[in-house]
Amino acid sequence: MNNLVGHKSSLRWAVHISVAVLVVLWLIPTLGLLVSSFRTADQISTSGWWQALVTTEQNVIMRTAKPQDQQIIDGKYVIEGMLFSSKKSPEILAWGVSSIAIDDYIPGETAKLRKGGEISLRGDGYYHMVSDKPFKGSRGTRVFVKASMPPEFTLDNYRNVLFDPANVSGMAKAFLSTLTVAIPATIIPILIAAFAAYALAWMQFPGRALLVAFIVGLLVVPLQMALIPLLKLHMQIGIGKGFLGVWLAHTGFGLPLAIYLLRNYMVGLPKDIIENSRIDGATDFQIFMKIILPLSFPALAAFSIFQFLWTWNDLLVAKVFLFDSSGQTVVMTAKLVELLGSKGGNWEILATSAFVSIVVPLIVFFTLQKYLVRGLLTGSVK
Amino acid sequence: MHPALQGLLTITSVVAVCLSYYYLSNWFLDNVFLPARGKYSNRNINLANQIRPWLFMFPALLILLVYLAYPVLETLRLSLTERHAYGDEWVGLANYAQMIKDQKFWEAVSNNMMWLAIVPALSTGFGLLAAHLTDRIGWGNAAKSIIFMPMAISFVGAAVIWKLVYDARPIDQDQIGLLNALYLFFGGDAPQTWITKPFWNNLLLMVVLIWIQTGFAMVILSAALRNIPEETIEAAILDGSNPWQLFFRIKVPQIKGTILVVWTTITITVLKVFDIVFAMTNGHWNTQVLANYMFDKLFRANDWGVGSASVMVLMLLVTPILVWNVNNARKESQ
Repeated sequence: MNNLVGHKSSLRWAVHISVAVLVVLWLIPTLGLLVSSFRTADQISTSGWWQALVTTEQNVIMRTAKPQDQQIIDGKYVIEGMLFSSKKSPEILAWGVSSIAIDDYIPGETAKLRKGGEISLRGDGYYHMVSDKPFKGSRGTRVFVKASMPPEFTLDNYRNVLFDPANVSGMAKAFLSTLTVAIPATIIPILIAAFAAYALAWMQFPGRALLVAFIVGLLVVPLQMALIPLLKLHMQIGIGKGFLGVWLAHTGFGLPLAIYLLRNYMVGLPKDIIENSRIDGATDFQIFMKIILPLSFPALAAFSIFQFLWTWNDLLVAKVFLFDSSGQTVVMTAKLVELLGSKGGNWEILATSAFVSIVVPLIVFFTLQKYLVRGLLTGSVK
Repeated sequence: MHPALQGLLTITSVVAVCLSYYYLSNWFLDNVFLPARGKYSNRNINLANQIRPWLFMFPALLILLVYLAYPVLETLRLSLTERHAYGDEWVGLANYAQMIKDQKFWEAVSNNMMWLAIVPALSTGFGLLAAHLTDRIGWGNAAKSIIFMPMAISFVGAAVIWKLVYDARPIDQDQIGLLNALYLFFGGDAPQTWITKPFWNNLLLMVVLIWIQTGFAMVILSAALRNIPEETIEAAILDGSNPWQLFFRIKVPQIKGTILVVWTTITITVLKVFDIVFAMTNGHWNTQVLANYMFDKLFRANDWGVGSASVMVLMLLVTPILVWNVNNARKESQ
């Protein structure tokens, strides 16, 4: 086939290049966020993430230590230290002490300070300020530096977002809440749907076709329909806005797809096995538990992945059915929206929190992709 | 109690309750209620077999009725009533009339129409392109994984990802958003705050959903492309058709049905799109859509009447697809 169609090598190259372009387009947005989550707040806000991957020449503004740190050595006032706090220090190409002339000096030279005294700066960022009179003011002196910055990454954002007890973003707690929502909301509907799917696939009774049609119809009912009526119902029967309510809601919204997928799969199972065991005296319950369930594993796996991704990633259902004024039960998606609103500029927190919430679905996706694809195909290609 | 522990307990107890319900109800049916012994054993077996399906389906049906069927009717009722402290008052179509006069509603409707016109078409188009191209190269499966990956990312996560792409900084600073960096690189005069620019911001929000849905379209269309009978393709090649003709005249017509399924599935997703708009603009700057309009009315304005009326509009829009799906399913089962 390929040698028939693809004998033109130019065409083959065009295919390779087009796919490469698509892949890059699809990957770059996520990559940007991932790279950003390993950069400091300063780095994120002063340069694009794509510059973090290679050594780049950048103009940065740094400050020396504050005047309160000055020492008196041989009757002169001295402030000294390193401009950059990081271990892998950038190499300074040129520097200056005024915003109009930011590259007046090369490393090793000494510059006169406007307020008196002088400063010298080495290529590795070590500075030495000296003056006859004490340095005044509450802030350090500004130093303009043109430096070649090597790529530098940090895990501090993750440490801060996940493990810092004083952390405002509370992502660790939200992670647990999401987990608490997602797991039961995945398991309960599978169990209930599997029995119903078996009945709809292998048991004879009047009205079966009508029921299947009913479920197909429910597949597309927008879940927005259910928000207010169910919230009212939950309040009336005392479930309130807790985890139980979210589990039930997710079960309800997931059931049509679960029954539909599982029924489509079970209908295709070999008839002989089931008929034979009926003749051998097995009850429907035994057939279901011992034959149908094990054989339906691929479909069960496919649906669990769908439902897990859906419940993990959901915002609307959690926002409506799960609310606790103390904020103990906020899920990660809701937390992210909150951060987008209140800390729109704090990309280091936002990027890291987003990645914490994305990483579990991505692991599930890459390890179980085979089942997911198979499930999609039973679900929609007919 | 810790919620995680509570969750674990609930899972075990729910699974136990479910299994024992199915087991015990079966046992009861076969041994106590209609035992397969004695004078009526045959009649009992037949009766039991007629009841059993309903035992198997009862929990599922109960949940479907309470969680999906009842809300449709209740929402319809709410859309025709006004909430007062003393109770609900029947107001006929007043909520709908009020909604039609709301300019935000029309903004939402027209934006939704734009989403409907653009997102399913582009997602399906890119999906078809990706499916066709990746099937012909050695590293196609790896490429597919990458294009499919956004499916696993939440709408909110995607909103954060793309908000960084669209970020704008003042002109005297380095841009940290890729879009503005490219815009300036290719000769743009000043960085733009893209998500506050009407019209363009709508398109940029759509890009997020297209980015997510293309992988879905690709996976399904790629399976359909592989199912095309080889003979039709070989015959076309022998007859001298070029790759373009082969694709558009031979392959695409044979997977028309699947394209339609993909298109309608994405259409439904588009109609319900909420998270992306909610997280990125919250409907400001002319980006309102129906699902977010509804959320605004229901949970911010606390106006259940108009909120329910807007949900009914959403329901009305999916109804053609619902009818079409149900018809297809019935045709198949016959």
